[in-house]
Amino acid sequence: MVDKKDKFTAIVFSGDLDKVLASFVLATSAASMGMETTMFFTFWGLNVLKKNPPLIKGKGFMEKALSFMNRGGAKRLPLSNLNMAGGGRLMMKKMMKQKNVQSIEEFIELAKQLNIKLVACELSMHVMGIKREDLLDEVNDVVGAVSYLSEAKEGKVNLFIA
Amino acid sequence: MEVKPDKVLDVKGLYCPMPAVKTSMQLEKMKSGQVIEVITTDLASRRDLPKWAEETGNKLLKIEIGNEENTTSYIYIQKK
Repeated sequence: MVDKKDKFTAIVFSGDLDKVLASFVLATSAASMGMETTMFFTFWGLNVLKKNPPLIKGKGFMEKALSFMNRGGAKRLPLSNLNMAGGGRLMMKKMMKQKNVQSIEEFIELAKQLNIKLVACELSMHVMGIKREDLLDEVNDVVGAVSYLSEAKEGKVNLFIA
Repeated sequence: MEVKPDKVLDVKGLYCPMPAVKTSMQLEKMKSGQVIEVITTDLASRRDLPKWAEETGNKLLKIEIGNEENTTSYIYIQKK
């Protein structure tokens, strides 16, 4: 039986639609079982948490170029395979809708209803020139590896989704 | 065994994780001892919901299954 102190953590390193979807299915299931659930978004995973993306942001050419090519936002996550320049993603989203499967945006809302903590990785935000204001209000906190690990050491389930 | 549910949760057409998630959210609003009937067409939930009940300390009262072609399950859970 799930103990009140059983924790679930997931490091969401990938920004791909299919992998992020799997992450949310696992996290929401864990929360439904009463596990204290945290999702830690880093690198490409930060794309899930970006607000309706502004076109070009950041200081200097490289940050701006990255922000343009990596616009992110839960609506724009590519497939990890067969993305076909976005064609694959569109088809996958259509199939999900037809079969009554929640979109990523809907999963984020569900995660909040289930009190799942959504935290962002400070280091990758810093490297890529992403500011706190660029992320959704739903994000609970911006932390480092130590905060993640202090949760994970009590985690019965800890996942790294790359 | 005749079971009278206090609440019927119809999640037909919804798939993992929604049946378990919606069951947990609905059960939270109910009182201890009350019974929920979850109607699901998701085959995985036939395995997952009894497990969910076991993991959360709620009591699985019974499962009724539709006929061979019918994938509908009627799962009765009593809140602890």
